[in-house]
Amino acid sequence: MNFTDMLLFGIYPYIASVIFFVGSALRYDREQFTWKAQSSQILDKTYFRTASVLFHVGIIMIFFGHFAGLVMPYEVWSFLGITLAQKQIIAMGVGGFFGALCFVGLTMLVWRRLFNPRVRASSSVMDTLILLLIYWQLILGILTIFVSTGHMDGYVMQDLMSWSRYLLTFRPADAIEFMADIHWIYKAHVFWGITLFVLFPFSRLVHIWSVPVKFLGRSQQIVRRRF
Amino acid sequence: MKVRAQIGMVLNLDKCIGCHTCSITCKNVWTSREGVEYAWFNNVETKPGVGFPKEWENQDVWNGGWERTKKGKLQLKMGGKLRILANIFANPDLPQIDDYYEPFDFDYQHLHTAGDTKHQPVARPRSLISGKRMEKIEWGPNWEEILGTEFAKRKKDKNFDEVVQKDIYGQFEKTFMMYLPRLCEHCLNPACVAACPSGAIYKREEDGIVLIDQDKCRGWRMCVSGCPYKKIYYNWKTGKSEKCTFCYPRIEAGQPTTCSETCVGRIRYLGVLLYDADKIEAAANTPNEKDLYQAQLDLFLDPFDPEVIAAAKAEGIPENWLKAAQRSPVYMMAMEWKVALPLHPEYRTLPMVWYVPPLSPIQTAVEAGHVGMNGEIPDLKSLRIPLRYLANMLTAGDEAPVVRALERMIAMRAYKRSQNVDGVEDFEVLKQVGLTPNQVEEMYRYMALANFEDRFVIPTSARAYAENAYDLKGDCGFSFGNGCGNGESGLNLFGGDKKGVRKVIPVVMKD
Repeated sequence: MNFTDMLLFGIYPYIASVIFFVGSALRYDREQFTWKAQSSQILDKTYFRTASVLFHVGIIMIFFGHFAGLVMPYEVWSFLGITLAQKQIIAMGVGGFFGALCFVGLTMLVWRRLFNPRVRASSSVMDTLILLLIYWQLILGILTIFVSTGHMDGYVMQDLMSWSRYLLTFRPADAIEFMADIHWIYKAHVFWGITLFVLFPFSRLVHIWSVPVKFLGRSQQIVRRRF
Repeated sequence: MKVRAQIGMVLNLDKCIGCHTCSITCKNVWTSREGVEYAWFNNVETKPGVGFPKEWENQDVWNGGWERTKKGKLQLKMGGKLRILANIFANPDLPQIDDYYEPFDFDYQHLHTAGDTKHQPVARPRSLISGKRMEKIEWGPNWEEILGTEFAKRKKDKNFDEVVQKDIYGQFEKTFMMYLPRLCEHCLNPACVAACPSGAIYKREEDGIVLIDQDKCRGWRMCVSGCPYKKIYYNWKTGKSEKCTFCYPRIEAGQPTTCSETCVGRIRYLGVLLYDADKIEAAANTPNEKDLYQAQLDLFLDPFDPEVIAAAKAEGIPENWLKAAQRSPVYMMAMEWKVALPLHPEYRTLPMVWYVPPLSPIQTAVEAGHVGMNGEIPDLKSLRIPLRYLANMLTAGDEAPVVRALERMIAMRAYKRSQNVDGVEDFEVLKQVGLTPNQVEEMYRYMALANFEDRFVIPTSARAYAENAYDLKGDCGFSFGNGCGNGESGLNLFGGDKKGVRKVIPVVMKD
């Protein structure tokens, strides 16, 4: 057992989850006023619609893709009659497509945040940091697709699925064994992915918790009664 | 019948001199903060003009307000709920800050430190967003002040629709102007409330004031587009939307709003209106736009009707509110004399800030014999401001209510003039406009004299006896952000902005 692996892929994910959940709850409870999407659309709309929609659609599909690929038990896949190799091709195709959409949108957004004078001046350090981190993470993710072409049998995918399954069932010592022999680019992608969860409660990403699904069910008008 | 009370406002445009005192006092109280420098909860526009933000009245551009669908359903013009959510990543109907104006300040310090130069030093503008030099200021909340900018641009004013030969109003001899002070309408059917994905905007039951819960707002910015009056402003610093609060802390204490209190022309009136909340949707969904004004009048309830009083008491409306409703100047002007009209009823929001249309030069022309007379009253077609223009603004294009309001105001003047100057009671002129001498004396008292206690009949809120003052001891009053905190903690774990830090690059001081 490699100590670095244990630290990064056995212990760090748990620390990250605690920060993610407890941090979100604390912020929601204590700092409602800071809970927001912090849109800068009003400052400059040029190309904003294209950029933001591409980015958001891409990243939401990628998120669900990771859910299906990492968290969903692989028994579900085999029940559907999809082999490991086929699953990898699906993951590479869907991930590649939405990754490309997301990359185009995010490149535009990063450019806007760094080089648009209005947007740059109104950004906090965390706004810029989190955007660059997502960009970095997206690039690593896209690179994994190229690495994956070297082994189309799907067993690396299975290792990663096992890692997350063992972690989710609190068996870190067994989980990290699956991480031992995979390409460093996967490891980097996993590490920075976990780091995103650490930073989540401290950044504008908290707006994700507030997807306004209740909007669809509520009445048009809201009247508050005080007395 | 579900009786509810609302504090409404009337602005007598006939007396507005466009001094902007309302805007400035409002600005000082509410929006002199970073992020809302560009926001004017109250601004005064010179009409005709495209206004602030540009072309706010043109809903083909901004998609604000409501519309009646082909199936007869009342729906936001932005679209149904699914369309609103589909646009949540980027709102296609959102104005850019340049449609309002890029907020700026001047390098005043340069005037002190410029040293010995050949030319007079000047204070040049600097953006309050980026801190960078602005070469040119392009727009502002009163850019068209006293018909500033060329007519070719101002004639895009939506109220010119169907005005015959609008181009002649660009000529020097034919031109006309009026002032339009604007604030949140505190609508009975607010489009901003319906558009808010977070459900953060609400109407207060006790006084009808529409507010944004700053804690619940997530900054999805749909309300900005939903409001057809463009009176919701996105604070680019806090990432939350803000709007006119109708100075609710003052209203609760029985005081007029800041804009009303400071109005030097005494043009503003505040009073209670009782209305039937059960009829709101049907009224807002009236098929013909021109009937919307009447539909809104039909919502209001007679505060002297014993049935209404009983129903209001059953709803828990306090006695002092019913008394105030009976003395309400807003009710008198809107319902009894029908001189006050709603702003753009065709948006179907049932606005609650009403306007008395302005008279325009006519009398001198009458005396010179240039104007045709209609009985005792000059023919209103000779008014400098086209009737159709006023009707487009105040009654969805129906000229009859505008004519009635203007004729009644002219009749009031004629009656009082003959009474005071000639010593004659001219009952003919009153008969023609359907007013009694008593009513005219009241109109004169309220509209010409306009004493403070007549203009503002505001009951104190029930809060004083509904809340336990002892529990509130040591509590904070009106605060911003996180409850009692002012959001200015030195260290904030969750990245709350430190307020009051302006990103203006200071001018370098030289000795």
